[in-house]
Amino acid sequence: MSDSTFTTDQDREAGFGDYFALLKPRVMSLVVFTAFVGMLVAPAPINPFVGLVAILFIAIGGGASGALNMWWDADIDAKMKRTLKRPTVTGKVTPDEAKVLGFALSGLSVIMLFLATNWVAAALLAFTIFFYVVIYTMWLKRWTPQNIVIGGAAGAFPPMIGWAAATGDVTLASVLMFALTFAWTPPHFWALALFVKNDYANADVPMLTVTHGRRVTRNHILGYTIVLAAVAIGLGLTSIGGPAYMAVAVAMNAWFIKGAVDIWRRDDADSEADNHLTERKFFKFSLLYLFLHFGMLLVEHTLMRFGLGGW
Amino acid sequence: MATTPIRATHEIHTRRLSRNLGLGIVLVLFVGLVYGLTIAKVGTDPRDDLGADWAAGQERAAK
Repeated sequence: MSDSTFTTDQDREAGFGDYFALLKPRVMSLVVFTAFVGMLVAPAPINPFVGLVAILFIAIGGGASGALNMWWDADIDAKMKRTLKRPTVTGKVTPDEAKVLGFALSGLSVIMLFLATNWVAAALLAFTIFFYVVIYTMWLKRWTPQNIVIGGAAGAFPPMIGWAAATGDVTLASVLMFALTFAWTPPHFWALALFVKNDYANADVPMLTVTHGRRVTRNHILGYTIVLAAVAIGLGLTSIGGPAYMAVAVAMNAWFIKGAVDIWRRDDADSEADNHLTERKFFKFSLLYLFLHFGMLLVEHTLMRFGLGGW
Repeated sequence: MATTPIRATHEIHTRRLSRNLGLGIVLVLFVGLVYGLTIAKVGTDPRDDLGADWAAGQERAAK
């Protein structure tokens, strides 16, 4: 063995953090938050420890699908700047190791969620992993510019799973919590795509800004924002909504639609002139948007416990 | 010929330690979690002696 080979092998020895990075911890934080809200606002009590375990395994299930995504996409991750530091690209973890870890954690998380709660929650988690890995990663991501819309569905399931963990069922309120994140993802992501120069094209991943142009992307942002507003207001009319949620939802959606209209009215020359100020503001606001909607559901739920919230 | 002195602890050892330690902690936590889950599930199952008291308490609180 030559010296250089020896050095390379040493560099590729993975630490614990490299395996943890396979689980996409930043994505997991959104999963934990929305699943937590879904579970807490559900109209059925859950033992706090069982609830904690359920959230943990929902997060691990989400992380497992992240690891499987890194296994399948190792080739295109190596071509994009944003994903160059992923352990499957740096060589710290081989794609095969990511695959084994992903499958093992997928099985573990689904079984543990079933044992801790019920089969509905476990089945929803299994479907989420299947959807993200097979439908999104393997099938649609490299095929259609609507990939982000479909991919967003996988990220939208956690509040529904949290709800099912507490109640064992799927209801209009839980479906609307799903729809909120689902409809939020496209405007959020496409606003980012309008001002960040990404290199999806290098990796042959079709993105709307590249395949259909930026004008069409602006139209799509407006369309999805209107759908999103309808979902957000509709959610406020269900049993988990109330005046406090509705007040915030109406104000935020009015502001969000105004931002989408502003983006729609601009062309690229306007956008370049002020360094994409409107798009940047819209994107920043979208982060607060999702956090506050789910946060207000929690506030409404807390108020209801004191006999104040709800309709 | 210049030689590189052998060090007792190389960076590679630190990484291996972090991996082994991390896995150890995860396994211990998992055991604790399954134990805790068992207590929580049995303790809140009305069909079980342990959980019957809890269920009765919940019913009283609901009234």
